[in-house]
Amino acid sequence: MFSFFLSSGFFLGWSLGANDASNVFGTAVGSKMIRFKTAAIYCSLFVILGAVISGAGASHTLGKLGAVNALAGAFLVAFSAALSVYLMTLAKFPVSTSQAIVGAIIGWNLFSGSVTDINALTKIVSTWIFCPALSACFAIGLYKATTIIINRFKIRMFRLDLITRYSLLSAGIFGSYALGANNIANVMGVFVPVAPFSHITLLGLTFSPAQQLFFLGGVAIAVGVFTYSKRVMMTVGTGIFPLTPVAATVVVWSHSAVLFIFSSQALEAWLLSHNLPTIPLVPVSSSQAIVGAVIGIGLLKGGRGIRWRTVTGITSSWVTTPIIAALVCFISLFFMQNVFQQKTYTPVEYNITQSAMQRLMDSELPHAPFEPLMWETFPNGMAFSKAIHSAANLNNEQARSILAIAELFEVEISSDLIQTLKKGPFTKEQINILSQLEGRTFQHKWEIKSALAEKSKMFRYRPADKQWNSHLDDFFSQLISRMQT
Amino acid sequence: MKKILRVRTGIEKQVEHFLDQVSLSGLIFRQGCEYYLSGKEEDFERKIQEIADCEHVGDDLRRSINEHLYSKTLIPESRGDVMELLENMDSLLDRFKGTLWRFRIELPEICEEFHYDFKQLINASIEANEALVESCRAFFIDISKISSHLHKVSYWESESDKISIRLQESIFSKKDLRLSHRMQQRDFAHSLDKIADRAEDIADKLNIYAIKRSL
Repeated sequence: MFSFFLSSGFFLGWSLGANDASNVFGTAVGSKMIRFKTAAIYCSLFVILGAVISGAGASHTLGKLGAVNALAGAFLVAFSAALSVYLMTLAKFPVSTSQAIVGAIIGWNLFSGSVTDINALTKIVSTWIFCPALSACFAIGLYKATTIIINRFKIRMFRLDLITRYSLLSAGIFGSYALGANNIANVMGVFVPVAPFSHITLLGLTFSPAQQLFFLGGVAIAVGVFTYSKRVMMTVGTGIFPLTPVAATVVVWSHSAVLFIFSSQALEAWLLSHNLPTIPLVPVSSSQAIVGAVIGIGLLKGGRGIRWRTVTGITSSWVTTPIIAALVCFISLFFMQNVFQQKTYTPVEYNITQSAMQRLMDSELPHAPFEPLMWETFPNGMAFSKAIHSAANLNNEQARSILAIAELFEVEISSDLIQTLKKGPFTKEQINILSQLEGRTFQHKWEIKSALAEKSKMFRYRPADKQWNSHLDDFFSQLISRMQT
Repeated sequence: MKKILRVRTGIEKQVEHFLDQVSLSGLIFRQGCEYYLSGKEEDFERKIQEIADCEHVGDDLRRSINEHLYSKTLIPESRGDVMELLENMDSLLDRFKGTLWRFRIELPEICEEFHYDFKQLINASIEANEALVESCRAFFIDISKISSHLHKVSYWESESDKISIRLQESIFSKKDLRLSHRMQQRDFAHSLDKIADRAEDIADKLNIYAIKRSL
């Protein structure tokens, strides 16, 4: 059943390969600088590598936006995104799988009554503006630097051609890796919480369930590259051809760099270690990055050559894509649930229990206005959010914290559950500590976290250690997901 | 780094060799004309043979470059321009050969008093050709230097025009000449002047190609 539901992820992966790969190698293939076969081989290989090695970074943000907690729901989220991408492609609009998947998740949130994390949404939407702007700045800087080098070293025409060729290939490889790392979250992100995989060790390397999913997604992207991207590559190549090959190379490098910085955990760690502000790890649109870079070069050349009408068309499609995806997702979820009788989401209830109230009192959050709501069970996040907002004036951060405290997750740590967890991706040490909780019953997720933190420092969050905390978040989401299953 | 970036590729050598042929054909042409005017028939015949060989080598090189450009899909954005440029340069080479052959076929009787102007006219055309060849080299090697050669082409073309007009006026003001004799000398002056005109036309196109390639 899982493989059937995963098929929509493959569909989305295929459409990503067919469309977004053209951003990476389109100029090179369209201008005949690189043969399609060469481009397809390199693109496929490095998309898969990027997805498996560095794919985890961007998927966290997507998970925060909405944790799709049923397989049929994940299937429809991916399917709606893929369908929207396909429809927009038919309408000849430059599409973005990132926007489509975000729209589809919001559609699922609306249908399931889950609260959309405004912070995560703002983070994602702001990158839709920041990404093309950053790409344009990169392109301007890189183009200026390239021009200076070419003029300084007086590179001959044919030598420049050779260098451009290799540079296009390198940029394409880098871009494919970055595309895999950044956009795999769009393709497989929704399946991560519901995947029934366990760790696999192959040739001394251990692959997590997420990495296995990302590998499958990478293969789907590769299939998309081989089967359908040639046509799109030719169109993109011809469309961008008015740029000189040097400018086209700069565009691809800028695009790849932007995708990389929005998905690199290593870069984030480096920035953190130097006390520099980090860049959010968010799946960004490769189409936006490309368009941004082209506009950047256009502006550098005086801006007269830019077709602003086309730019407006592209920008409007960036608004319509998530809306269409959200609508398609909402309608399909309705049909899936009511016609095919499939469980599209697991209801998440909210209740301000005694322990939840105590936690509210211990924290700096307001608690008095919520006393009348105690012991009242709310069927979903939206209803609870509405109730707490009418009881008190809260900001987004406070509301998010209260939602997390009141979310019900009733579980008893039985010996059977421990046995099940032993099969999961957990270490012996982790299982040993979990076993110490045997016989205890919990009502909320945070209670489990607190109980584990009391038992061992390996489960304690560290202030100002973003990497450790993110790693711990991963562990807890895996644990909760296994307990839920 | 500088050294790596300046290493010549095979096709660059071919292009340079081709431009050498165009330049060489101009020099052979000048010598050939001088031998003709001074009545050195054997030397003139040798130059006819040399220019034919030169044209043959030029043709082979141009074909090889075109084939290379297409088979290796080199410089896709400028391929058309480069091929057109080489074709035009080859036509200049043909023009040198054609004019020299015209001397051999028609054996025109150039009056002694016009020899100086004819030599001046030939010199102006050759200088225009040399400046054009240098512009072409700059196009392939260092595009920023093109303009410093292109203005020389215009200068020599205008010089050639002046000499040609002066020469034609002299031809038609000289008495005791048959009209056919006048017209034949005028035609030769005209065809020599055409070489510089053609060089200037190519230079104008080259200027556009350079603008298109500018970053």
